[in-house]
Amino acid sequence: MSNNESGALARFGVTDRDIEQALGRVKVSAVDYADLYFEYCQSESVSMEEGIVKRATKSVGQGVGVRATAGEKTGFAYSDELTPKDLNIAADTARYIANSVQGTAPVPVTHRPALARNLYPHDRATIEVATRDRVTLLNAIDAEARRYDPRIKNVMAAYNTEYKVMLVATSDGLMVGDIQPLSRLQVTCIAEENGNRQVGTFGGGGRIGLDYFQNDQRYLHFAREAAREAILNLSAVDAPAGVMPVVLGGGWPGILLHEAIGHGLEADFNRKKTSAFSNLLGKKVASEVCTIVDDGTLPLRRGSLNVDDEGTPTSRTVLIEKGILRGYITDKLNARLMGIPVTGNGRRESYQSVVLPRMTNTFMLAGESDPQDIIKSVKKGLYAVSFGGGQVDITNGKFVFSASEAYLIEDGKITRPVKGATLIGSGPDILKQVSMVGHDLKLDEGIGTCGKEGQSVPVGVGLPTIRIDEITVGGTKA
Amino acid sequence: MTRMIGEQDYTTVAQDLLARASKQGATAADVMVADGETLSVQVRMGAVDRLTKAREKRLGLRVFFGQRSASASTSDFSRDSLERFVQETCALAQAVVEDPVSGLPEPGQCATEFPELHIHDATKLQTDEQIALALRAEHAAFAADSRITNSEGGECDSSSGRIILANSHGFLGQYANSSFSLSVSPIASDAAGMQRDYWYGVNRSFAKLESPEAIGQEATRRTVRKLGARKAATCRVPVVFDPEVAGSLLSHLCSALSGYALYKGASFLIGQLGQQIAPDFVTIYDDGRMPGGLGTRPFDGEGLPTRKQAVVERGRLTSYLLDIYSGKKLGLPSTGNAARSIGESPSAGPTNFYMVPGTTRPEDILSTVKQGLYVTDLIGFGINMVTGDYSRGASGFWIENGELAYPVEEITIASNLKQMYSTIETIGSDLVFRGRIASPTVKIAEMMVAGN
Repeated sequence: MSNNESGALARFGVTDRDIEQALGRVKVSAVDYADLYFEYCQSESVSMEEGIVKRATKSVGQGVGVRATAGEKTGFAYSDELTPKDLNIAADTARYIANSVQGTAPVPVTHRPALARNLYPHDRATIEVATRDRVTLLNAIDAEARRYDPRIKNVMAAYNTEYKVMLVATSDGLMVGDIQPLSRLQVTCIAEENGNRQVGTFGGGGRIGLDYFQNDQRYLHFAREAAREAILNLSAVDAPAGVMPVVLGGGWPGILLHEAIGHGLEADFNRKKTSAFSNLLGKKVASEVCTIVDDGTLPLRRGSLNVDDEGTPTSRTVLIEKGILRGYITDKLNARLMGIPVTGNGRRESYQSVVLPRMTNTFMLAGESDPQDIIKSVKKGLYAVSFGGGQVDITNGKFVFSASEAYLIEDGKITRPVKGATLIGSGPDILKQVSMVGHDLKLDEGIGTCGKEGQSVPVGVGLPTIRIDEITVGGTKA
Repeated sequence: MTRMIGEQDYTTVAQDLLARASKQGATAADVMVADGETLSVQVRMGAVDRLTKAREKRLGLRVFFGQRSASASTSDFSRDSLERFVQETCALAQAVVEDPVSGLPEPGQCATEFPELHIHDATKLQTDEQIALALRAEHAAFAADSRITNSEGGECDSSSGRIILANSHGFLGQYANSSFSLSVSPIASDAAGMQRDYWYGVNRSFAKLESPEAIGQEATRRTVRKLGARKAATCRVPVVFDPEVAGSLLSHLCSALSGYALYKGASFLIGQLGQQIAPDFVTIYDDGRMPGGLGTRPFDGEGLPTRKQAVVERGRLTSYLLDIYSGKKLGLPSTGNAARSIGESPSAGPTNFYMVPGTTRPEDILSTVKQGLYVTDLIGFGINMVTGDYSRGASGFWIENGELAYPVEEITIASNLKQMYSTIETIGSDLVFRGRIASPTVKIAEMMVAGN
């Protein structure tokens, strides 16, 4: 297994002694916790448009972030040079918050657990795919989308991969390394008919390699789905405006959970009491049919990690159990300050950013309703199956997410496709409106990226088909 | 041991890379190097919350083999790594398909004059100075109103950096810039719940940054007025955008005018050049040479000189935003709007992009509305650039008989951007630059508001 710290150490060219000395320099008595996070990341992208693969880019970066926390304070510095001198400068900068002279005794890093599991075993060659193989794949996607319907006028597709090696050494004596592959394939089609132009997109991936896209010619399915959505939207009518029942399809519509409750349950906002969910632990925030978890331990998923960026193994955290708010997702700093368990959700975009409590894969467990019955139960409403992005105001709890493929439901039947529209609601209230949960839990295809304080991290979501009795739909038709 | 290259040598590094690429068989190449340092201070509830300090550098190389090209970037400047980096970039270029339109600018197109643009202020702030500024801003926010009970904190950032661009046609340009910013995000509460807003200042010159007291007080004014917000009824009404959110309408316009969106068929403004897209009192400029501007630079991401140009003149669309490549695809010359991330091929985007202010005071715009919405915040991504369809979450104030009656939230506003631009009814006199894109208050004749 290549996921161990000695391989990573060799990669970064630093010695145990360098690490223990730098930790000793920063971990003075006034500092509660300190860590060094080494990262090497290589990313490659090949993209196609107008039928030709014309762009290829590659980026390589490495560096170290040094962090110290004292009470609620965090001191942080990073460097793209990894010499002992640079480590010490960063350590001295991070220690500034403690108003203390440098420490002199090295901090022994003795606890070096092997990873208990590997959620994403991989062959490096399937991650760092040869450019010509990416080109072949993208060309086939272009042909398939155009074959799907002659009204498809342009196809844009990109195949992106990331190969990240991380190593974290902490003042509590822990050293853990991990290799985190990430691949994503994204297809966008533009359809045109009599001057009406529409767009459709589809994408997916995870901590997987080229074989994932090749299995059962999944990449061609991506092409057809993007083309199908673009063609469908050619006949879309104006979306309705106002409060109505909405049925969400399974999978990616789980972005509802991410925005409506996930962010509001991140421990930092609750420690600061700036979240609309502050003080709601143990209270009813959803209907009884709702049980929601955040789970970083699902094999191969985009939001999964063997260990978080503080070296804590990821876990499955129950956020809402049968409607009752049960827990927050935490990193070490916020768990310590709040006196609650560390859940393995301490994540950072890169060595250049600080650790924050972040979601991994957030989803609702399956219920008992038949998805067909859920649709049949709606007299007049909306059925939304695909979404663009979403956003939330943590403090007042208002969130939005925007449908990109949706249909009218009339007298219990799915009728016409409607144009995209934004749905808006209030986080602590919306899940009380969930009256039916399907037995068809589906996780998303692996496209989610979550932004917080300017940091992007890959995440997953999931949802069974659900019925929301009332939510505001932001269409244009009265 | 590999020899590290000192920072003073970045122009040499750039030229050395061009020479190595040429030796590897590249027919043309360009190199961009950026380095910079930042100090960021966040305080919360009167104490330091987070300090971040860093210095970083990055280098991007684009190579051409005839009409095949690829780009790559690295932060590792050691001599051995750079040799491998050039080899890998060249190999990547030879694996993609020929693109007949690709290429560097012609030698005569690049900038030859580098005027003083006042985008670099050498002021170096000490950590304690920045902490004091952030604390003062947060303190002023709390002092301004007793309903401020909590805070997401105050932040004071300073940064400075350099950009060097060189290409194999002999162009070599560089500039330095700086940025100083101060913001605060107070939280107000009452029996009905909590509301948060924020205010900020950002400037290339430290001396021109607004005072922490002014920023703190404005943040509190914007926050407490949101207390007690409710939903509004679903209806079709006039919508007035305050300058902060009116700027977002201009940024959607920039996306639609990007040459890349246009030639891919992914913009709702395809084929509109020369057409009337807004009423005749609407004029919009892109000005890359505005002294001290946050989008100001002497040359663009391909080395072409920046300039001031009308994008919309008296309502007529007079220019797209183009770099060399997207211009060629559309049969037009570059407008000097190449944007460049290190290690990426160019894209096209705005420099300083703004709507020329009108003569009506914002309060006089409100007074023309009998029933309508004054929007101060927008959230979400419900904008379809291909069709212009627009649907976003909004909050702000309900307007009744020309006055702000009560705060509203949990509503959406929807229309189509083409329709919105063409039905701009009034433009305010209140243009202030607080970013690269700036707008005065804008009134749109009618939009669909969805609420209760």
